[in-house]
Amino acid sequence: MEKSLDLINARIRDGSARVVTADEMPGIVDELGEEGALAEVDVVTTGTFGAMCSSGAFFNFGHADPPIRMEHVWLNDVEAYAGIAAVDAYLGATQEAVSRDQVYGGAHVLEELVAGGTVELRATSHGTDCYPRRSITTELLLEDMNQAIMVNPRNSYQRYNAASNTTDRTLNTYMGTLLPRCGNVSYSGAGTLSPLVNDPEFRVIGSGVPIFLAGAEGMIVGEGTQHSAGGGFGTLMVTGDMKQMHQEFLRAAVMNGYGVTLYLGVGVPIPVLDTGIVRSTAVRDEDILTEIIDYGTPRRDRPSLARVSYADLKSGSVEIDGETVRTSPLSSYRGARAVAQELKARIEAGKMELALPTRRIDPTKRGRPMRETAVTPRVRDIMNRQVISITEDEEIRVAAKRLLRGETNHLPVLDGNGTLVGIITTYDVSKAVVNDGRLRQVRDIMTRNVIKTIPDEPVDIAAQKLEQNNISALPVVDATNRVVGILSAIDLGKLFGGRRRQ
Amino acid sequence: MKLLLTFSRKGRADPGREPVIARVVKETGVLINVEKANIDSMAGEVLIDVPDRSADQIRQRLEELGVSVHVMENAIARDEGECIDCGACISICPQEVFSFDEEWQLRVNSERCVLCGKCIQACPHGALSQQG
Repeated sequence: MEKSLDLINARIRDGSARVVTADEMPGIVDELGEEGALAEVDVVTTGTFGAMCSSGAFFNFGHADPPIRMEHVWLNDVEAYAGIAAVDAYLGATQEAVSRDQVYGGAHVLEELVAGGTVELRATSHGTDCYPRRSITTELLLEDMNQAIMVNPRNSYQRYNAASNTTDRTLNTYMGTLLPRCGNVSYSGAGTLSPLVNDPEFRVIGSGVPIFLAGAEGMIVGEGTQHSAGGGFGTLMVTGDMKQMHQEFLRAAVMNGYGVTLYLGVGVPIPVLDTGIVRSTAVRDEDILTEIIDYGTPRRDRPSLARVSYADLKSGSVEIDGETVRTSPLSSYRGARAVAQELKARIEAGKMELALPTRRIDPTKRGRPMRETAVTPRVRDIMNRQVISITEDEEIRVAAKRLLRGETNHLPVLDGNGTLVGIITTYDVSKAVVNDGRLRQVRDIMTRNVIKTIPDEPVDIAAQKLEQNNISALPVVDATNRVVGILSAIDLGKLFGGRRRQ
Repeated sequence: MKLLLTFSRKGRADPGREPVIARVVKETGVLINVEKANIDSMAGEVLIDVPDRSADQIRQRLEELGVSVHVMENAIARDEGECIDCGACISICPQEVFSFDEEWQLRVNSERCVLCGKCIQACPHGALSQQG
């Protein structure tokens, strides 16, 4: 049996359509079988409510008198992109205000407008014959704008990697606060309720399909940026009229130490046309797998610590290397349910009909990393290869002499085999002299937990190590922990002295 | 019940280096659980947990000894208008103050809170604050 979209829409119009939320579907299929579920259910509603950084809105402010061709635009001190004609601008959710005490950004402006608040528009221009005005400041409500059209380049990830942190310090990331030594796991996404998980082949989710976007009846534009459905990370570009949106489903947020983001409620209704769709909408949390990624590795390709399902993540704890680690979501499952239920209520009330894609989204496409034409400078490019070092059994006065003679402030300390076991600085030596001089050998005063780097490490990451640990040099070691160089803050200065490679 | 004790080096009633808490335990026989202590050069703050029925007695005796005592009714406050029930606070809290109920609504068991403040910073929606 198959069902046509016309039949489903006719049922929506006469109020007889059977609409269920995606989390109900597995139970229905268990009870009625696939054919039975196809006969019973007309529409499955999905929903997600979480951080969607890649969001924003186009505004048209109308013309002032005398008119201005806005070149730079700020809304409540948050800069919007104004390189589009005279009185249009695009405000991105993560753009931050320059002159506020608290972290405040585009997302806050969007929420303020949807909540009915006033926003200050400030714009400047160089003035032209047709647009003579040089500056303008005015206060606007959402209703004062000709258009306020939300266009989000990348929303509604199919699933997302969970995050943990193997380093010794707390990390502040876009995945929230990650405690040291895998102290917690943070995850995002609604699992079984997530829109794209319920149609991974993109059979009925595609361009032109009506959706719920933060309370408005929005629409799918097409694939989202970074869409990578071939790897299970599909995304959508979506649009909707901000004037129809509700604050309940559009909330500004701040990730501590990271920045501003926007929480959005997005839901896609799925017409149940055949048993293929019955099967894909019967997906359970147990079936949706994701990796727990170590955000302690500050690189693009981060190692995976474990493979888990959304059922595992939602249970409140997972196992990493035999240890139980607590999990918590960043996205709101309660909010996701509210989206799916609101969408269901609208369809049941005949307020929203469904449509098939006018253009399909490629379910096999994969995102690629950036092509980098300039070589990222590595530690080996700027490190100092003339390393002055010392062994741990030398006397402190020998170390002092060596520091003086070498005109350096850092001495890597080696054991009898030449491997790195510690580091001492001029400060350590001075301290030892002041403290009654009872300490004799280098090993008595050296720092054993050495912060170090490797020749292949990008310079940016080595610089971050210096800054985070408030130190001024890093021994450079090879795979066997032998010192092959030393990188000091002075070496980093070379990069900015015009010697950056092309 | 949790009591927040403030020791000041400036006040006239400064208990100095007196072992105040130990003395109160010895005198009253009430077992006090010290949950957190911050001491710096001019002042100290100690969070203690005492059985509800002994709270008044302990409070009175501590105040006699020169300590200012603040009863922590609701250590951590959740603004329901701002909270969206995401749960970002759950796994970063060392005391398991936060959890979900069956409807995925955030539940706050503030009795367990030791005022570490981690959740206040971690909440993406600025929904958590410490009651003074």
